[in-house]
Amino acid sequence: MDRCKCNSDLSSPKHCNIERLRDIKDPEHPYSLEELKVITEDAIEVDDVQSYVRVTFTPTVEHCSMATIIGLCLRVKLLRSLPSRYKVDIRVAPGSHASEASVNKQLNDKERVAAALENPNLVDMVDECLAPSYG
Amino acid sequence: MELYEGGCELKLLETLAGHSDRVWSLAWNPATVAAGTPLVFASCSGDKTVRIWENTPSHSASWTCKAVLEDTHTRTVRSCAWSPSGKLLATASFDATTAIWENVGGDYECVSTLEGHENEVKSVSWNASGTLLATCGRDKSVWIWEVQPGNEFECVSVLQGHTQDVKMVQWHPSTDVLFSCSYDNTIKVWAGDDDDWQCVQTLGEPNSGHSSTVWALSFNAGGDKMVTCSDDLTLKIWETDNIQMHSGDGYAPWRHLCTLTGYHDRSIFSVHWSSEDIIASGAADDAIRFFVENRDGLVDGPTYKLLLKKEKAHDMDINSIQWSPGEKRLLASASDDGTIKIWELASL
Repeated sequence: MDRCKCNSDLSSPKHCNIERLRDIKDPEHPYSLEELKVITEDAIEVDDVQSYVRVTFTPTVEHCSMATIIGLCLRVKLLRSLPSRYKVDIRVAPGSHASEASVNKQLNDKERVAAALENPNLVDMVDECLAPSYG
Repeated sequence: MELYEGGCELKLLETLAGHSDRVWSLAWNPATVAAGTPLVFASCSGDKTVRIWENTPSHSASWTCKAVLEDTHTRTVRSCAWSPSGKLLATASFDATTAIWENVGGDYECVSTLEGHENEVKSVSWNASGTLLATCGRDKSVWIWEVQPGNEFECVSVLQGHTQDVKMVQWHPSTDVLFSCSYDNTIKVWAGDDDDWQCVQTLGEPNSGHSSTVWALSFNAGGDKMVTCSDDLTLKIWETDNIQMHSGDGYAPWRHLCTLTGYHDRSIFSVHWSSEDIIASGAADDAIRFFVENRDGLVDGPTYKLLLKKEKAHDMDINSIQWSPGEKRLLASASDDGTIKIWELASL
């Protein structure tokens, strides 16, 4: 049976590390993404057979400039928790952001994400947001 | 030997490990075939190094890493390209520089560093005669550099036009016309001479172009056809008039020929057109696909069909796929899984 790095059973949809996405701190507020309703249970789709995860999140406000940071945090969290065979798509909830298509495109451009993660300031910001989610 | 659907297989010859991070790109040294020396290719990685691999003559399926080019780039090395003579290797990096390496008796020395881009350089390409170099990057610009004696490089033009990150540049195989493809979903064609270069054509959605980021492009041997691959999950074939291209201005317009839809379910990062007209694609679903022209039936103009699909060719996304020069149907693929695989497309 496939086990995640945290040793819980991956086939369980309530898998702990994916659940922990909700504990990620919002970059602008001292609250978690779940507390702010940025990410909810239904927003995380896992297909263990296809090794696919899709996360849909709702930024706090329509013009939220932090949408790309939140998306990056989600991606890094999943990258560090899931086996490498998983394909991950991150998107903002349809209709929830003024630049939805543009944000989604950036978040899913692997090369852009890789370059961003080589920026130490950005990595520090992401790590700070992810700290509460490691439990 | 003719290949037909169902009559060929992709044999894995070797898996090369060594890089400690994803392998982004690889490039075969074009000069080895004519020289009769063993095949060589370069690979570049998120581990900030470039590795040179050589085929060991005694074991036809054995490859060794002959050199590691390190301590130069300070960030991911995204792409590499050999000069047509095979003597120089250009490497493009997220550290905003392009390094030029020269093989000095088996050791590779960095002989020049090209600066100027504002941020990540994503691709580098030499023209057919080795007199010009082109680079592009996230700063949306395309730079043309003239190669001068003593390994000096002079920037002769900074081309603005793309509205977003430029993913790849590629010179036409026989004329000094430059092609670039971008996050802005378009392919641009640049022509000119000396320091006067212009965008002479843009292939976008109005011309049946892509609807998302165009990651790569590749020409057929004759240079009258080109294939592009995209985040929109399609491959597009384009063609031009060869006679017009080689006369006078050296530039002729390109038009859309056909779109290959429904074959890929995730981004296609790399595409390469072989000398025998087999198109290989490498995608984010870990698979390698081969396409050939469809000669069956009478249709309006050429269509293409899937020759073979190799699922799980790698454990993670394939970033680059390149046919080797020379006669054997050898190709190399580079992946997020940190490995490079050498394959042979063989008849059953």
